[in-house]
Amino acid sequence: MTERSASRTQDRLLRLIGVVVALFLSALILLALGTSPLEAVALLFSGALGTPGDLAAVLTAWVPVLLCSAGLLLTYSAGLWNIGIEGQIVMGAIFATGMLRLVQDLLPPHLALVLGALSGIVGGMLWATLAGLLRLYGNVSEIFGGLGLNFVAGSLVVYLVTGPWSRPGTGTTSGTVPFPSSLWLPAFPGFAVSPIEIALALVALVLVGIALRGTYFGLRLKAIGKNLRSAYLLGVPVNRYLLAAFALCGALAGLAGWILVVGASARHNLFPLISSGYGFLAILVVLLANLNAIWVLPISFFFAAISMGSLELVYEKQLDSAVGSAIQGLLVLSVLLTQGLQRHFLEKRAGRERARPSAEEEIGS
Amino acid sequence: MRVELRQIYKYFGAVRANDGISLSVEPGTIHGLLGENGAGKSTLMKVLSGYLAADRGEILLDGRSVRFSSPAQAIALGVGMLHQDPLDFPALTVLDNFLLGSPGTLFPNRARARRELERLAAQFDFHLDPQTPLSALSIGERQQLEILRLLWLGAQVLILDEPTTAISAQQKDKLFAALCRLAEQGRTVIFVSHKLQEVEELCSRVTVLARGKVAGEAEMPCPTERLVEMMFGQVVSQGRRPATPLGEVVLSLEGLTVSDWRVEVKGLSLEVRAGEVIGLAGLEGSGQRLVLQACAGLRRPDAGRVRLAGQDMTGWPYERFLTSGVVYMPAGRLEEGLIPGMTLTEHTALASRDRAFLVDWKAAAEEAARRIQKFNIKGRPETPVEELSGGNQQRTLLALLPHGLKVLLMEHPTRGLDLESTEYIWELLQKRTEEGTAILFTSADLDELLDRSDRLLVFCAGRVQLLEARRTSAQQLGECIGGKGFDG
Amino acid sequence: MDLTIFLASVLAAAPPVLFAVLGETITERAGVINLSLDGTILFSAMAGFAVALHTGSVIPGILAAMGVGALVAGIVALASLTLRLPQVATGFVLTLLTRDLAYVLGNPYVRVPGPQVPHTPIPILSEWPAVGKIFFDQDPLVYLSLAAIVLVWVFMFKTRPGLMLRGLGEQPTAAYVRGADVVRMRYLYTLLGGALVGLGGAAFSLLVAPGWARQKFEGIGWIALAIVIFGNWHPIRAALGAYFFVALQTVATNLQSAMPEVPTQVFPTLPFPLMILTLLLVTVSSAEWMNRLLGRLPPGLRRTLTRTIQMLQTVPPAGLGKVPKRE
Repeated sequence: MTERSASRTQDRLLRLIGVVVALFLSALILLALGTSPLEAVALLFSGALGTPGDLAAVLTAWVPVLLCSAGLLLTYSAGLWNIGIEGQIVMGAIFATGMLRLVQDLLPPHLALVLGALSGIVGGMLWATLAGLLRLYGNVSEIFGGLGLNFVAGSLVVYLVTGPWSRPGTGTTSGTVPFPSSLWLPAFPGFAVSPIEIALALVALVLVGIALRGTYFGLRLKAIGKNLRSAYLLGVPVNRYLLAAFALCGALAGLAGWILVVGASARHNLFPLISSGYGFLAILVVLLANLNAIWVLPISFFFAAISMGSLELVYEKQLDSAVGSAIQGLLVLSVLLTQGLQRHFLEKRAGRERARPSAEEEIGS
Repeated sequence: MRVELRQIYKYFGAVRANDGISLSVEPGTIHGLLGENGAGKSTLMKVLSGYLAADRGEILLDGRSVRFSSPAQAIALGVGMLHQDPLDFPALTVLDNFLLGSPGTLFPNRARARRELERLAAQFDFHLDPQTPLSALSIGERQQLEILRLLWLGAQVLILDEPTTAISAQQKDKLFAALCRLAEQGRTVIFVSHKLQEVEELCSRVTVLARGKVAGEAEMPCPTERLVEMMFGQVVSQGRRPATPLGEVVLSLEGLTVSDWRVEVKGLSLEVRAGEVIGLAGLEGSGQRLVLQACAGLRRPDAGRVRLAGQDMTGWPYERFLTSGVVYMPAGRLEEGLIPGMTLTEHTALASRDRAFLVDWKAAAEEAARRIQKFNIKGRPETPVEELSGGNQQRTLLALLPHGLKVLLMEHPTRGLDLESTEYIWELLQKRTEEGTAILFTSADLDELLDRSDRLLVFCAGRVQLLEARRTSAQQLGECIGGKGFDG
Repeated sequence: MDLTIFLASVLAAAPPVLFAVLGETITERAGVINLSLDGTILFSAMAGFAVALHTGSVIPGILAAMGVGALVAGIVALASLTLRLPQVATGFVLTLLTRDLAYVLGNPYVRVPGPQVPHTPIPILSEWPAVGKIFFDQDPLVYLSLAAIVLVWVFMFKTRPGLMLRGLGEQPTAAYVRGADVVRMRYLYTLLGGALVGLGGAAFSLLVAPGWARQKFEGIGWIALAIVIFGNWHPIRAALGAYFFVALQTVATNLQSAMPEVPTQVFPTLPFPLMILTLLLVTVSSAEWMNRLLGRLPPGLRRTLTRTIQMLQTVPPAGLGKVPKRE
């Protein structure tokens, strides 16, 4: 009994060490760049939560990360590495923009927005399904397929922005003509994040959480992820479920793409690098949350806060804008490694225990 | 080289693979090591060849106590082993395989190695082209290469673990001739098998293992009955399966040919009637699994047809077999049966053919609890399956089977179960046969095969014999598994 | 364009991709996937440039870049071989992390002019018409890259440890039985491969595109990983793949100036759809529907097609990415 509680304390200690190591390394990096870590923490904090406007900015970043994390929970449960999520966001944004451009003068704004959302969902879904088909029927790993499709989606945006959808008179990559404010998601004055965005993201996460915990769909998906062969023999139509996981994840990423176009604080147009790395950030979130939908909520908020808070740090201290994501990466790597270490020691201990019976036998005989 | 093993103990968790085994083998002889699957033969030989470290015990070579920390060390001291599954590199050429692991300078002298290989091969009348990739060779040829390699490295003691499971008759003859020559040269050969006939043909002395202990030793020749008795213990018949009225033909195989990289079952024809039980006997890897998988649509036949209740199902996917009432229950419990990381309740829900969207976890947990009780599983609904013991995992697999099946295909349905639950499982299976389910199962237990089946399919290196279970004695079956009665 | 100049420019631009591809080929031959290439190249390019700038010499820079590459590979090895974490997870996190670290730590060096590997024609030999221009009128890293192809090939296919390396990724258990300390060897080759990837990074920032700036070489690591697959884990075929890729890039750059109406951002991304298609080409033959499709074709056509596909097909080392169980 005491041994078990001792080992639990040890586990927690190890996990804590992971976070501490990450923070320590981050501090070292900041020092190397001539920034005091304490000052950096203060700047991070004020940058993220200093004013309601800052909080709104954090929430604005939180929404797409949350949507993508929800989608990735599905693919990750099924044992898939949907690294193509960035491209799926971009495709969502492209499709949403295209639809809005098509109908903005024909239909009332609400209807246009809804059609834009549906179109974005279709775009993301299409791109994800393509990665899925490549994996299932072409034996191209979803890592390479997805990654290649990311770059293709990116160059498609550049082509559209500088070509067919370019602003009249200019040929720059600054983006398409911004949409009128009637096509922005509504927000309360002074707090530039739309309740609709937040609601959609939360609903998506809740639905995915329910799907994974309470439905046959989620159960079968998890079964595939844990042991594809057994799931197949138990009668799960594996290929269909894997494709469904891709498609649903793509749909949520596509929805995120739509929000990145029409969201309250968005730039309200299509521009290169519109996905802003939110998809990859969501992969880190899901890795850290280890498939737990509830944990996704605080972790993604924390990461969004680091992303936004670090902007102030970058601005004040003239640092590179990747500071935030470097800290996030360090955190995830350190926690992964400490979890690995913990398991490593547990296995060693289990190995010792397993060796025990023969020792007892020796005394007995 | 004289080999002596003293009081070797090797446990895997609670499994006592070697429980105080002592054995000595004289130089210049071929020593047989007999025993059924799981008797501890392979473990003992892995200990002798440095692949596994014994928990306790001593190894003596020519009277000198030795301790190996790796197989490389063992071969340096003259002990080489030919593993049951060839431990070689199919993607590399014959010459590369021959060279790999040999000591020497940075740039190996390929021309010399090639000459050595050819010289050794000629000695035993083996024909191996040094430049062929190993993947193009048969298992028998790969064995030949491995033997030559071990000899080249200076093996004085040669261990062969079930070398004849996957090779042709001609290759077997060649192998045996080579082994006899090696013994004449004064080398020590340990021949691990559970084929009686081969041991009788080849060995001068035999040690029989059973459940991790030495069950007996005998100088050859020795009456077959005695060997069978030592291997399987006293065969206590529980009484044969009562004759059950059989129904229509539910499963028919017509000229079925299936193969994998090691064995081919050719032109098997069989009709299985509703309620019939057919036991698939034979050494592991003799083709039973191939036939079972072909019956489930998990393996595409090379030729021939598979019909279910008259309908041609050849080439259909597994899903179609499943919906047509065929279930395949594999032997690898955690590899292809259950899903590690999921609980019994989750498995119950997963196996249910519920078309609903939401899982009723309360109902699933109750159902899981019911099955736990019914199948006497030592676990709770919320227990993850990997925490169950092997026997309980097996019972869980059985508990997950759906009802109203036409054909049930099982690999080792009661392996690792105690007598009481074995009895219980068969009671349940008996009920299923009364409902019209036909059962095909593999087993290594002669009693089980004889007592539970209507007919027996005995496999030996891909060849098949059909026996009437009620007119077969354990003696006959044991000999048959050992390869007697197959023509050619 | 003159073919001689074209070939010379391909050879001159190839070292970064080439070193990365050779390094990863070694690592994967040992059975380990180092997925972090894309970030590792950036990180080592930055570190190499920074050290070269501070020391005023390219050699410490190159060594630092190799050290960084080996360090990242060391984390991959630790995570997968000792801690048994999934290789994809740590590899991917490291890809992002090393990229970000390169940007953050490299911020002070953005667009700072610094030292670069000098152009060193080999006397006499470079006078040789055509051949001399292509092979001997280059930089030391180019000569080194050509030597590296030969060296890796000789090591893998002619030496005893190279033979064991090939066995290691194929059947680790069998390699163990034949005397290899599997885990230690895998560590060694992962580190070695990582150092070569780092050298590729240095070849970027000190030779091909001297200096450091954001987003200069992003995506190259992924291409290198794909080329390893295309190269069937064989150093020569992989090197040819790398040269082919660089040649395409060179052609694209030239096309770009020939077709100013096509947006400049499109050409650099062209390799990626090509990467997917190439991978599809070399892996599709193992798909079941392909076999079924081939089975329906008339025998003559089937034979030709099957042969073509099999020639293209690449097969990874059987033990790639798997950590053998301890017994």
